[in-house]
Amino acid sequence: MSYLKPLFHHPSLKENKVGYVKADYEGVISTLCAGCGHDSISGAIVQACYEVSLEPHRLAKLSGIGCSSKTPTYFLSNSHGFNSVHGRMPSITTGANMANKHLIYLGVSGDGDTASIGMGQFVHAIRRNLNMVYIVMNNGCYGLTKGQDSATADFGSISKTGESNPYNGIDLAGLALELGASFVGRSFSGDKSQLVPMIKAAMSHPGFALLDVISPCVTFNNNKESTKSYSHVRAHIESTSEFDFVPEEKAIEVDYAAGDSAEVELFDGSKILLSKLAPDWNPTDKFTAVNRLHEAKSNGQILTGLLYINPESKDLHSMLNTSDKAFNAMDETDLCPGSMELEKINQGLR
Amino acid sequence: MERKFVVNDMVIRFANVNGTGSASANDMFAKSIFRMGIPITPKNIFPSNIQGLPTWYEVRINGKGYLGRKAGIDILVGVNPQSFMRDVKSVKSGGYFIYDNSKPLHKEYIREDINYIGIPMIKLAMDNYPSARLQQLFKNIIYVGALATLIDADIDVIKSVISEQFEKKQKLIPPNFQALELGINYIKEHYDYPIDVKVEKANNVGDSILIDGNTACALGAIYAGATVMAWYPITPSTSVAKAYETYAKKLRIDKETGKKKYAFVQAEDELAAIGMVIGATWGGARAFTATSGPGVSLMNEFIGLSYFAEIPVVLINVQRGGPSTGMPTRSQQADLISSAYASHGDTKHVLLFPSNPAECFEMTAQAFDLADRLQTLIMVISDLDLGMNNHLSPPMKWDDERKYDRGKVFTEEQLENMTEKFGRYLDVDGDAIPYRTYPGTHPTKGSFFTRGTSHDEYAKYSELGEVYLRNVDRLADKWDTAKTMVPPPELYDVNDDKKSLGLVFFGTTTYAAVEAMDLLQEQNIAINSMRVKSFPFTKEVETFISEHDKIFVVEQNRDAQFRTLLINELETNPSKLIKVLNYDGTPITAQTIMSQIIGMLEPVPAELN
Repeated sequence: MSYLKPLFHHPSLKENKVGYVKADYEGVISTLCAGCGHDSISGAIVQACYEVSLEPHRLAKLSGIGCSSKTPTYFLSNSHGFNSVHGRMPSITTGANMANKHLIYLGVSGDGDTASIGMGQFVHAIRRNLNMVYIVMNNGCYGLTKGQDSATADFGSISKTGESNPYNGIDLAGLALELGASFVGRSFSGDKSQLVPMIKAAMSHPGFALLDVISPCVTFNNNKESTKSYSHVRAHIESTSEFDFVPEEKAIEVDYAAGDSAEVELFDGSKILLSKLAPDWNPTDKFTAVNRLHEAKSNGQILTGLLYINPESKDLHSMLNTSDKAFNAMDETDLCPGSMELEKINQGLR
Repeated sequence: MERKFVVNDMVIRFANVNGTGSASANDMFAKSIFRMGIPITPKNIFPSNIQGLPTWYEVRINGKGYLGRKAGIDILVGVNPQSFMRDVKSVKSGGYFIYDNSKPLHKEYIREDINYIGIPMIKLAMDNYPSARLQQLFKNIIYVGALATLIDADIDVIKSVISEQFEKKQKLIPPNFQALELGINYIKEHYDYPIDVKVEKANNVGDSILIDGNTACALGAIYAGATVMAWYPITPSTSVAKAYETYAKKLRIDKETGKKKYAFVQAEDELAAIGMVIGATWGGARAFTATSGPGVSLMNEFIGLSYFAEIPVVLINVQRGGPSTGMPTRSQQADLISSAYASHGDTKHVLLFPSNPAECFEMTAQAFDLADRLQTLIMVISDLDLGMNNHLSPPMKWDDERKYDRGKVFTEEQLENMTEKFGRYLDVDGDAIPYRTYPGTHPTKGSFFTRGTSHDEYAKYSELGEVYLRNVDRLADKWDTAKTMVPPPELYDVNDDKKSLGLVFFGTTTYAAVEAMDLLQEQNIAINSMRVKSFPFTKEVETFISEHDKIFVVEQNRDAQFRTLLINELETNPSKLIKVLNYDGTPITAQTIMSQIIGMLEPVPAELN
């Protein structure tokens, strides 16, 4: 069931540059469990889209199957949405992106939807550097079928039923780095100050942007022995840097002391500002990112923040050299070669 | 005494080793006969292998224009010792076995009732060409020259075909001509020629073209405006993708910018391929995929989504021999039920059955209009025989006045002026087809949430029984609407007033069925025939089935799947639908159809005569 929110807006609500108030970016009321990390991520998406003044119809939201994949109804009601089949959101997004390169594509998936049934499509979307934001709402378990371990559950993590996970967990951020993803970040549903700018930066990035967001399952995987519980994540979080996203037109006023800050300019002219950088880490150097991830893991820490960005990223449309006019705006005059050409082809076959 | 010749009516089979360049020599031979104005039916009978296994190439030459396969080989060119035994056996009594006599033929291959023509092919090649590779290649041309002389083919025509073939590699023309002459001269010096089956120039091909169905499907997609082609390699459909890319590179590059007006994406598997198509059409582009039975099996989940969420898809299903991996390089029509009812739950899909390349072109183009108009999946049901073999076909046609039918799509302006609430699944017009919108159309109107879960008229999730029923019953009504839009059958009426006997066929069975109709007429068996072109069955199909008492349903699978569709959809009494089947992986012949029908008619009841 979905519940509609009242359309009434308080007149004092502040409009953004394109004339929308924050409520214009909201969706229907969530039916997820109270306290679910996923709802916080939905809130961060609403916040990010409102703040960057995105017209709601310039974004399409897509998902697979699972608790996480239900969330696209809970944000951006004015955007087209597509709740597809289990593990197959990347292929749907690939097609949609091919049809119209001018929209922002936001894919939402879960750890089951991505790391198990959807692993094949996930890695190939990365391989093609599909221009999309791919958010994994990662809680280490299958919530909708009542709490089975997922493939991202850490080795030795204790489930609600008291069993220790005997398998190694798949680190999606590490995997994405290995596969050549052009933007990799990890965050925590409870850290909106980091998550909101990270979503904005990911939307600006012309290529595949993975956001692996730890999002505790309050109902099935929040016991204190679980490594994906709120208490464990809060106690073990470690970040690469503090993070801010500056849109293209906004002047940069903050001045960081040299040595512990970095600035990465994105394709569209906007910038990512990073301060309090972790030692031995450079956001545009994949090797340092991989090292930092492994170090953090061996220290029992959960490394968050921007891990890697390739400012030279070229997406699938660039690789294919497709026309600037969107395919969905083309008709016979653009596409049909005509009868004369066909007669030439016929003649060549006689 | 004047010799009697059989003119323009024979089957020639070449037995080769795959990967030795024989296919191109055989193709040039067949094309030369076609250029002499004589209808031909070439068929590649190839292994699922790249090099070293037996492969056959068969050409039926028939001046009357019968294009079905015919059993019984008049001339066999046997250059593959691996398959000698079965090749010798396959020649019909009185026929010819042409072989390489560089080494003597073992006596176990000698049959008293056929003629042997030995040509020292490899010896001639070794004497004239320096490298093993060249000797191998030109050996093929040597036998073409010899065969052409034996059947009195026009050597100048062959030379012009060779010249065209090597237009861009001019230096290969003289050695090819030399090889041709080696074969010609050897025959002239050692044998009586022509033999008693021969060809004569004719004027029986009109404006026909020689093309394979897969290329024609690809061209149909290009003409229909398909911009996204997502696919995964699988025999026998791969050449649809290959041809799409080849022609798109020529026809779909923006002249000013050099940029492509198409996206050609090789997916990671068939699931992703159809997912990309669904995503692309949801986004408002025209998109398609091509696959075969195993691929359709993998696509089933997404096929159900396209049906239930009402998203256009065009899928070219080039059938091969099943089940499982089956016979990947043999032809069948055995994916009918798995196509018609693909995916779980109550689903039905529109199928189109082309029977020649011109129809592959037209029906693929039409599939895009139907998919957009009906907002559902349309499958073009081809098969390996149609898809991968060259066929003599009417030319492909396009009317420049033709506009794409993009179906019911609201524009930004329509949404802006809309006062009522947009309902993605509302039946506004009473034809059970709702309106859709593309993402990015309007900032605040027309957005909706596409889902594979049960939904109401406004695309909202609902588990209420009454909401579910309204939706699936509308989909059933839409199926009835589809019946009025798909192509009707072709009827071949012999004016049998009693309407007792009927013959039903579709797809590549048509070639053999049309010939069988003539053979039956010669036997004074009056039979009305119908070629079905689409599923769901139209009113005309229903009428034909109900009007006839005994109907032979010809198809190329074991379980008579088409007959099952007729029984299931039309609630026809099964006892009046008689199975006529061929499912060994080779295309059905007219003789098979005729003998099965006659076998089932005997003893002929009085009222039929």
